[in-house]
Amino acid sequence: MIAELGHVALTVALMVALLQAVVPLWGAARNDPGLTGVARPAALVQFGAVALAFGALTHAYLVSDFSLVNVASNSHSTKPFIYKLAGVWANHEGSMLLWVLILSLFGAAVAAFGGNLPDGLRARTLAVQAMIGVGFLGFILFTSNPFERISPAPIDGNGLNPLLQDIGLALHPPMLYLGYVGFSTTFSFAVAALLEGRVDPAWARWVRPWALAAWTALTAGIALGSGWAYYELGWGGWWFWDPVENASFMPWLAGTALLHSAIVVEKRGALKSWTILLALVAFSFSLLGTFLVRSGVLSSVHAFAVDPERGLFILVLLAAAIGGSFMLYAWRAPSMEGGGMFRPISREGALVLNNLLLSTAAATVLIGTLYPLALEMVTGEKVSVGEPYFEATFVPIMVPMVLALGVGPMLAWKRGDLAAALGRLWVAALAAAGIGLSVLYLQGAPVGAVLGFGLAVWLAVSVVTEWAERVRLFRVSPMQSLSRALGLPRSAYGMSLAHLGLAVFIMGAVGETFFSAETVTFARAGDRIEVGGRTITFEGVGNREGPNYQAEVGVFVLPSGERLESERRFYPVEGQRTTEAAIRSRPDADLYAVLGEPAGEKRWTVRIYVKPLVMWLWGGCALMVLGGLLSLADRRLRVGAPGPRRASWRPAHAGVGDAD
Amino acid sequence: MSRRPYRSRKNRRLAMIVGGLAFLGIAAALVLTAFEDSVVFFFSPTDLTEKAIGPDRRVRVGGLVEEGSVTRGPGDGEVRFLVTDGNTTMPVRFVGVLPDLFREGQGVVAQGRLAGGTFEADEVLAKHDETYMPPEVADALKKQGHWQPEQAKKGGGS
Repeated sequence: MIAELGHVALTVALMVALLQAVVPLWGAARNDPGLTGVARPAALVQFGAVALAFGALTHAYLVSDFSLVNVASNSHSTKPFIYKLAGVWANHEGSMLLWVLILSLFGAAVAAFGGNLPDGLRARTLAVQAMIGVGFLGFILFTSNPFERISPAPIDGNGLNPLLQDIGLALHPPMLYLGYVGFSTTFSFAVAALLEGRVDPAWARWVRPWALAAWTALTAGIALGSGWAYYELGWGGWWFWDPVENASFMPWLAGTALLHSAIVVEKRGALKSWTILLALVAFSFSLLGTFLVRSGVLSSVHAFAVDPERGLFILVLLAAAIGGSFMLYAWRAPSMEGGGMFRPISREGALVLNNLLLSTAAATVLIGTLYPLALEMVTGEKVSVGEPYFEATFVPIMVPMVLALGVGPMLAWKRGDLAAALGRLWVAALAAAGIGLSVLYLQGAPVGAVLGFGLAVWLAVSVVTEWAERVRLFRVSPMQSLSRALGLPRSAYGMSLAHLGLAVFIMGAVGETFFSAETVTFARAGDRIEVGGRTITFEGVGNREGPNYQAEVGVFVLPSGERLESERRFYPVEGQRTTEAAIRSRPDADLYAVLGEPAGEKRWTVRIYVKPLVMWLWGGCALMVLGGLLSLADRRLRVGAPGPRRASWRPAHAGVGDAD
Repeated sequence: MSRRPYRSRKNRRLAMIVGGLAFLGIAAALVLTAFEDSVVFFFSPTDLTEKAIGPDRRVRVGGLVEEGSVTRGPGDGEVRFLVTDGNTTMPVRFVGVLPDLFREGQGVVAQGRLAGGTFEADEVLAKHDETYMPPEVADALKKQGHWQPEQAKKGGGS
């Protein structure tokens, strides 16, 4: 009964979305406030209806209602509560429902907080948001109905893939979708601006916080996914350049570019049409990612639904959204007024460089991800494009990016002085060279490691220098510096933290890539294993009974007496085996031990890694997310903050088209 | 109010376009050089035998692990098994830890080089879901006429 209610709620949501997609547009064209007024309540009702449907499915999972196909094939009565909950979105239908839930949530948020938006812009934005909603609600109702019943209902379900029974993966999809789908808002704003044929000052103020919110969530989502791979898969890797990972990484790159160009629009009124283009591109990447993951076209471990009907449906949606918006862009963008002028060496210029590099990086990732699909379609040959490709293309693009990142924030708007900025960064250059040389000298490290550590230190010290400049550290009295530091806007700290996070992340990535040690042996109980200059004792294997699995537990003892346990689990319901690595994380290095299969004669395959600086990877991501949150909390950026009334708030060199 | 004229809008746009193209050019060069040595082709055992791939090329081979073909040793961690597409079998040698889901009769993808009739694998790919047949493997089996849909659907899950 509740499931049927959910189905009805979804249908209602589709109807409301249809209404919301058409009527406000018509109203905006006719300048009829009665018709544009439909948008806000419609967006709220649509969200309510989708939330109801999502609630119904969640209920079915929590009470283990196996008369639903979806629940029966993805859940089991013995599964722990948290994974019954997470099971809602750990399958195709449920995850699409989550997708639409978040889409309508963002629509509702624009409706709820958009009181100070111009009527026409809000109506058009919500209408575009609803169009996306119509597409995906239709997709769910026609191809992926989560409320389908089976009769007779099975006594118990098939269970959830045990690899997905992990807290990191329970949180990963909602976070990732908040980011992915969050870019729908900037997309809708961009299309609305194109429809209006102008970029309203309110537009610029609105796009940045939404881009920032989506970016922050996406960063957290990708980090959670990466952490899951590291902790749960037992291979000790954290990034595989797997097509599905790339699918979330491309919107991240485009979103990062968008975030930065939106700053230029907001502060200087320049780069408007470029920013609109990026907003279109970022969400197009999100849609492409949805297509790649949900259609099953990839020969990837993640693609669990292989169903051409669904693939075709999303492909049509993808073509309509991307094709439509880009055609609109080609038609309307040339008529957009350009904004303030700037010289190549300026803050704007640096941000343009950032944008070019990020877009190029996104393009190379796109090529590497789609090339195997294209080749197979054309010649039937099957290839895989792996890590070496991405390392050879992505990394060289990031090197100038990080170099420029140190300098960019030091340049003045409009017309910067590169020599002066570099002059102030001598400490950073010195520190980078010092670290690089000492790594080379002490470790005899490869060039990549020297370069990587050098870049990370360059960036970190540049960030601190930039902050010290702002508070005039050592130039004025400490008290004055302190009061300046307290007076800096939160968005400034947000930027510094996020950039610092990147530096810390690079440290971690370089450390893990270049200095990991690995040993695989066949050990008997009591054997001592040498790895990366440490001695670990393998104490043997015992048995353990989990809530829904049986496990063999391998015990490893460190010289300090600390005991680590790695499990080889067997899940009888799913008939599947998983490995739980034993991981001891310390700032200098992770110790990562895995119990493998029995190797005969009372021996076990044992794999031990020492992975330096892995915590820095997660720490760097955490800093980036924190920076995003802090920047979001900035009073000026707060989404519901009243619009500026003072002239000084206007972009100083706004074009004629900006005046409202 | 007189200001020194900035570069005109047209010039700036031109500069941006030229800059953008330069970046794309560099990216294209990077992509092409990277492709040359990092694209790995996939073959079924039949293809691999017919096409006479030399030991200098890294390739992937996929199929089913033949029942009863897995032997260990003599070296520590050395595993030998046969990969079959129904027509041809390819002996594979691998040193290391096999993924959790490696099992006789199941699909497998190995990456490495063909040397003297034996495929020297440096990587045996793990698949997350037991019910999930790697699409390359499914295609390779189909081509050889040995595809049984129930192989892919065996077990639970969706």
